[in-house]
Amino acid sequence: MNVFRALVRRELSVFFQGPNGFIIIAAVMFLIGLGFIVVLSGLNGEATPMPVTQVFYGTYFFWVILLLIAPMITMRSFAMERASGTYETLMTAPIGDWQVVLSKFTGALIFYMILWLPLLACSIVVRLYVGESAVLGFGTMLTSALGILMVGSLYMSIGCFASALTRNQAVAAVSGFALGAALFFTGFFSYFAGDRTDWLSQLARHISLANHMESFTRGVIDLSSIVFFLSLTGLFLYLTHKVVESRRWK
Amino acid sequence: MIEVQNLTKRYGQHVALDGVSFSVNTGEVVGFLGPNGAGKSTTMRILTTFMAATSGSARVAGDCVFEQPDRVRERIGYMPENNPLPLDLRASDYLTFRAQLKRLANSTEAERVSEVMGQCGIADVANRFIGQLSRGYRQRVGMADALLAKPELIVLDEPTSGLDPNQVRAVRRLIRELAGDHTMLISSHILSEIEMTCDRVVILHQGKLLASGDLNELMAKADAAVTAEVNAPLPEVKQWATDLALGQAEIAEQPDGYVRCRFSGAKNSDTRERIFAAATDRGWPLRELSRQAPSLEDLFVSLTHGKEGQR
Repeated sequence: MNVFRALVRRELSVFFQGPNGFIIIAAVMFLIGLGFIVVLSGLNGEATPMPVTQVFYGTYFFWVILLLIAPMITMRSFAMERASGTYETLMTAPIGDWQVVLSKFTGALIFYMILWLPLLACSIVVRLYVGESAVLGFGTMLTSALGILMVGSLYMSIGCFASALTRNQAVAAVSGFALGAALFFTGFFSYFAGDRTDWLSQLARHISLANHMESFTRGVIDLSSIVFFLSLTGLFLYLTHKVVESRRWK
Repeated sequence: MIEVQNLTKRYGQHVALDGVSFSVNTGEVVGFLGPNGAGKSTTMRILTTFMAATSGSARVAGDCVFEQPDRVRERIGYMPENNPLPLDLRASDYLTFRAQLKRLANSTEAERVSEVMGQCGIADVANRFIGQLSRGYRQRVGMADALLAKPELIVLDEPTSGLDPNQVRAVRRLIRELAGDHTMLISSHILSEIEMTCDRVVILHQGKLLASGDLNELMAKADAAVTAEVNAPLPEVKQWATDLALGQAEIAEQPDGYVRCRFSGAKNSDTRERIFAAATDRGWPLRELSRQAPSLEDLFVSLTHGKEGQR
């Protein structure tokens, strides 16, 4: 456990020792702020039946942040170590492959959650001015945070996998983005599916990230959503581990 | 300590290691010698469990590097080629991080880190970022990391490459200091380096084991070259050189009338007396007569020729 903590701390220090992490934080703050303005101007004077959180995820900003920023967080994880050669000292230390994979994933996920802190400030502002718990209850904020964590863990695992495949950070970022975007846009087929009940339409609805996210932001914890995110995260972490391990049988 | 048998590594079609076998006893300092691309780094990466061999076996202190990598990793301190380090960390922070990975107990961790920093002479740069350190200092940070867990076996891949002469001397001194307490495997493509630091050498060439054993014994088998400068007309010198029959002779006329002859390929014997006698017989002034110790290149040439001769 001590070793794992040291590894995660090292992962986080990579973000904060240089300008990289702060640039990402600034970009995300800008996008969250922009989204916040859009939400506020939308709410201005109009009554809405949805909680504010749900309105926010209805805007594009949430998904832009997720799709664009996630690969920027994870692109360094393995690719940088490979490019600089420190991968060799890391993998010959008395630690297991799983420890390395999970620590890189955990470090990325913690940094990703830090990125969303400004959203908490935005929520508090809304809450203070509206003063009505129906608009933004503690419960919906909590389930929304859980949703952000779930989507984030999936995208961090995808990004780690992409980064493990290459020694080039740009390639890691682009392939991570492509994988993440492909998954996101596949979910769009659920719009065409309508309310048909054939297996393809049901599948489209099931892999629609927007659908899963919507229930979280409505204040609902859907077990099938949790299983969906956790199993896909597990799958990509498993694949990442296989890639890391492959140096020993290639 | 190390037992390597029939180790083979293929990258697709390319054979990086071809049936290499050797062993290293506890407490020995062994030099791993060979030109670039000979398979030195590949062997070291396999021994340090970084990657697996295509076939063959390798054991460190009895533990197989493929089946018990965790146990092997606990016994080794490894500095890879080009000494990769995270440039964004301070030297002391990096070593503390490494100490944690190597499971040094919390209580001894700080103590051990400052101990190795003192030993490697980096205590004065402990709080500087590694990215700001000179190559010589970085090399010593890498070596400090290798020493950290007091490993039984220290593996250093090209520890002096890219250093200036003073830094090379400092690293060599450090290696000699460590030699007493650890088994060491050091790779290099520079012979003099291995000569100064190692008890025994393992020579690789194109993925094959050329020779292993005491360096002086191996060098005795290599051909030394003898250079002579005589004052005589060029055609006569050429005839004289052929008559001497001391192997291959390179002959070049100097601007001041002297002719320079370099005889190489004289096995196991010092031919200077014969050359001197032959020159004085003809009454030629002789102004230089010297024997050059065989270079690594010469050793390779004689070893590879020997191999081909046996086939």
